[in-house]
Amino acid sequence: MRITQGTFSYLPDLTDDEIARQLRYAIGNGWAISVESTADPRPQGNLWDMWGLPMFDHRDPAGALHEINECRAAYPDRYIRVSAYDSRHGRQTTALSFLVNRPRSE
Amino acid sequence: MAQRWSAGVLQYAEMGYWQPDYEPRPTDVLAAFRVTPQYGVPPEEAGAAVAGESSTATWTVVWTDRLTAYDHYQGKCYRIDPVPNNTEQYIAYIAYGLDLFEEGSIANMSSSIIGNVFGFKALKALRLEDMRIPPHYTKTFQGPAHGIVMEREYLNKYGRPLLGATVKPKLGLSARNYGRVVYEALRGGLDFTKDDENINSQPFMRWRDRFVHCMEAVNKAQDETGEIKGHYLNVTAPTMEDMYERADFAKEIGSIIVMIDLTVGYTAIQSMAKWARRNGVLLHLHRAGHSTYTRQKSHGVSFRVIAKWMRLAGVDHIHAGTVVGKLEGDPLTVSGFYETLRCDKADPDPIRGLYFEQDWVSTPGVMPVASGGIHAGQMHQLLDHLGEDVILQFGGGTIGHPLGIAAGATANRVALEAMVKARNEGRDIATEGPDILRAAAKRSRELDMALSTWGDVTFTYDSTDTPDLMVTPS
Amino acid sequence: MNGTRPAPVPADAEPLPDDASVDLSSERKRAAVDEILDSLDRELVGLVPVKTRIREIAALLLVDRVRARFGLAAQPPSLHMCFTGNPGTGKTTVALRMAELLHRLGYLRSGHVVSVTRDDLVGQYVGHTAPKTKDVLKRAMGGVLFIDEAYYLYRAENERDYGAESIEILLQYMENHRDDLVVILAGYADRMETFFASNPGMSSRIAHHLEFPDYTLDELAEIGDLMLASQRYRLSEEAAAVFRDYLARRMTQPRFANARSVRNALERARLRHANRLVAASGTLGKDDLMRLEPADFLSSRVFSD
Repeated sequence: MRITQGTFSYLPDLTDDEIARQLRYAIGNGWAISVESTADPRPQGNLWDMWGLPMFDHRDPAGALHEINECRAAYPDRYIRVSAYDSRHGRQTTALSFLVNRPRSE
Repeated sequence: MAQRWSAGVLQYAEMGYWQPDYEPRPTDVLAAFRVTPQYGVPPEEAGAAVAGESSTATWTVVWTDRLTAYDHYQGKCYRIDPVPNNTEQYIAYIAYGLDLFEEGSIANMSSSIIGNVFGFKALKALRLEDMRIPPHYTKTFQGPAHGIVMEREYLNKYGRPLLGATVKPKLGLSARNYGRVVYEALRGGLDFTKDDENINSQPFMRWRDRFVHCMEAVNKAQDETGEIKGHYLNVTAPTMEDMYERADFAKEIGSIIVMIDLTVGYTAIQSMAKWARRNGVLLHLHRAGHSTYTRQKSHGVSFRVIAKWMRLAGVDHIHAGTVVGKLEGDPLTVSGFYETLRCDKADPDPIRGLYFEQDWVSTPGVMPVASGGIHAGQMHQLLDHLGEDVILQFGGGTIGHPLGIAAGATANRVALEAMVKARNEGRDIATEGPDILRAAAKRSRELDMALSTWGDVTFTYDSTDTPDLMVTPS
Repeated sequence: MNGTRPAPVPADAEPLPDDASVDLSSERKRAAVDEILDSLDRELVGLVPVKTRIREIAALLLVDRVRARFGLAAQPPSLHMCFTGNPGTGKTTVALRMAELLHRLGYLRSGHVVSVTRDDLVGQYVGHTAPKTKDVLKRAMGGVLFIDEAYYLYRAENERDYGAESIEILLQYMENHRDDLVVILAGYADRMETFFASNPGMSSRIAHHLEFPDYTLDELAEIGDLMLASQRYRLSEEAAAVFRDYLARRMTQPRFANARSVRNALERARLRHANRLVAASGTLGKDDLMRLEPADFLSSRVFSD
C-alpha cells in the first residue's frame, strides 16, 4: 500500500533534479533543510530518525542532496523524507515536507 | 455649560460625540462606519449620532449623566471622510474607551457596537466596515483553540493547501450512505470531509448515527492511506447542553475536528472554542447566515469584522470566500479577509478594504476555508489568489466526478500537488496554470476526466461588496 | 543571485552540427566576464602575472563552454586552485573575484565564498572533525571554499592530529563534487611546498597555481593613493615624499604585510592628523580636513630606528 504522506505523494516519485528544484525554493526562502528516515510511518509522523542535524545557511541544493543520497545508501529500505523549516516569528514550523525514498515493497 | 445640561434635545455633535481634535489612544477600540445620512442631516451629526447611540447617549439630555465621568465613557467620532464617487455616503471613524467593554466577550463587543444604532432613523443606511482591536483587548480573548501552525503539526501536512468536500446531497442521505461518501472522498485523497450547515440531527439521520458511521469511514481511510483524515462533525444543536453532549461524543470516538454554525450565536461559539482547546479538537465554523448582513455594501456588517470577532472568539477554521466560485467574492475584498485571518500584523490598505492597522500580538491565525462551486480546473487561480494556508473544498467538484467520488478526490489532489510543485519550481502559475494541469492530467486519468467535465465552468457576475478605491493603471 | 548568470550548457542538449559556427566575441559579451576582469584591473594595483593568468583561465573556460556546445567537452575541468604569496598581496580579493567570474561563466551555480582556516575544519576530539568539515563543505557548495593557511591542516609531528581526517574528506569532495564546488588554498609559498610534498593527493588535484608577488615601492605608493582617495584624504607634496620614504624603510622591516601595512600606516596618519588639528584649534577649511602633512608620518618609529 503506497502511503500518501508528504506534499507530493500523489505525483510520480520526484527525480533528483526535481528534488533539487524544491530544495532551491526552500533555500531561497531561508528555510533549514533536514533529512529523516523511519521504518514505521505512522500518520502522526512526529518522531522519525534524524539523519544528522538540520542544515542551516546552505546556498545551494547540492549539499542537502548529497546527504539525501548518503541516507538512501545507508537505509535503502526505509521511508526517507526531506523537510524545510521556517523559523520566523508566527511560523516556527515545517514549511515543506516530502518523501524522497520508499521501501522496495510497501 | 448650563446649556449642555438643560432638559431638552440637543444635537449629538454638541453633546461631545463629535470631536475632530481627539487623538485616539492606543487602548481605544476603533470602528469605521459607512454612514448614509437622511436628507438634511450633516455628516458630522450623523457620525456623532452613531458614536452616541453606540455608547452612552439617548435621544434627550438626562441629568443622571452627571453622576458619571461622562467624558471617559462617551464614544467619540474623530474623523469623517466622504466616500469617493458617492455623494450620499461617508466613513465615520469612532473611538471607544476600553472600559466600555467586558473582557473577552464578543457578545458584549457586538452588543455595544452594533446592538442599538442600526435602526436609527436619522440614517438611511449604516454599515460597520472595520474595527481596530487594541492589544490590550485582544489579550483578554482566548483566540483560536489551535490555529494554523498547530493544526498543520497535528495533521502532519505541510507545504500545500488542505483539501475538503461537503457531503452532497445537502440533505436526505441515511447515516450509512453518508459514511460511504465520506470514505470514498477521504480514501481518494481529500484531507477532510464536512457536514453541511443544516445537517444537525433530523428525522432522516440522527447525529449519533452519523458520527459513528463517519468515524468508521475516517478510520478506514486513514489506515489505508497512512495519512491523518478527518470529518467535520456538526455539533450545532438547540441548546448548549446538547452541543456539549455531541462534542464530547465526537471526541470520545476519536474525531480530530468538530464543526459549528455561526447561527449558534457568539456566546456558544466562545464556549465551544474553550471546549476545543481543553479537549484538543479542531473547531470549524461555518458562517451560516452571514450573507444576510455582510453582502450589501450600504448596510450591515462587513465580513471582515465578523472574521476579526471569530479570530478573537477562537475558531480554527472559518469560511472566507473563494473569489472564483459560485458565491459572492471580489478578489481584493476577499484578499483583505484572508489577511485579517492569517497575519500577525495587518497594515491599513484601502485597496483591500482594510481601514485600520491591526496588530494581533501573536494570536494564532485562523485557517480560511474556500468553499462553493470550485473545481480542479481552477486550481492555479485558487493557489494564486488564496495562497497556501487555506482549505479548498470541492463538494460538487468531487462527488460529481464521472468515475466516482474517490476519482474526484484524486483528481483534486493531483491537480493541487502538481500546481504547488510547479509554483515552487518558479513557474508562473497564473498564466501557465492550464498547461500545468494538462501535463499532470497526462499521468492521471482522474484529473483528465475532471478537466474535460468542468474545464470551462466559471461564475462571473459583478460583485456587490467591492472596495471604494481602485489602483489606477500606471 | 539568479539574474546575471547565463545558463550552463545542459548536459543532454543537442550538440551543434559540425558545420555550425559560433561568434566568440558575442559569447564573451553574454558571459559578461569583461566587467569582472576590468574591475580587477582597476581595484588591484600591480599583480600583473596574476591578472594575466586569470585572463588565461577565463579564456580557457569560455572556449570550453563553446566546445561543450559542439559536444566536444568530455569532463568538466578541474578548477581547484592554490594562491601563494605573503600577507596583504590580494589573495582574498582575487578569490572573491574568481568566484564571481566562475559564476558568470556558468561553472558555479551561486558564486558565494566560504572562507575558513584550520580551526573551522578540525575538531578537538574524536569524531568531531568529520561533521565539522562536511558542514563547511556543504555550506560552500555552489560556490568557492577558500582555505587560508591550509598547510596547518597537516601536522606531521603529531600522529594523533585530526587534520589528516579533514584532508581526506576534502580530497573526496574535491574529486566527487567538481561540479558543485571549487576549493582555493592560500598561504606562504614555502610552507605550501612542504604541505604538497607530504600530501601528493592534494597537490594532484590543484589545477592552477597562482603566485602573488610582493609589491614594489611604486606599487605600494599607488595603493596608498587609492586608499586615500577612497577615504577623501590627500597628501601634500612634502607629505607624499615623506610617505614614500616611510614605505621604503618599512618594507625592509619584519612582519611587513604589503597592502595591509599600507592601510595600517594610513590609519595611524589619520589619527595624528586629527590630533594635530585639535591641538592647533582655530578655524579650518575643507582642505585642512583632507590634507595630510609630513608631521602625520614623521613621528613613526620607522624613522627613529
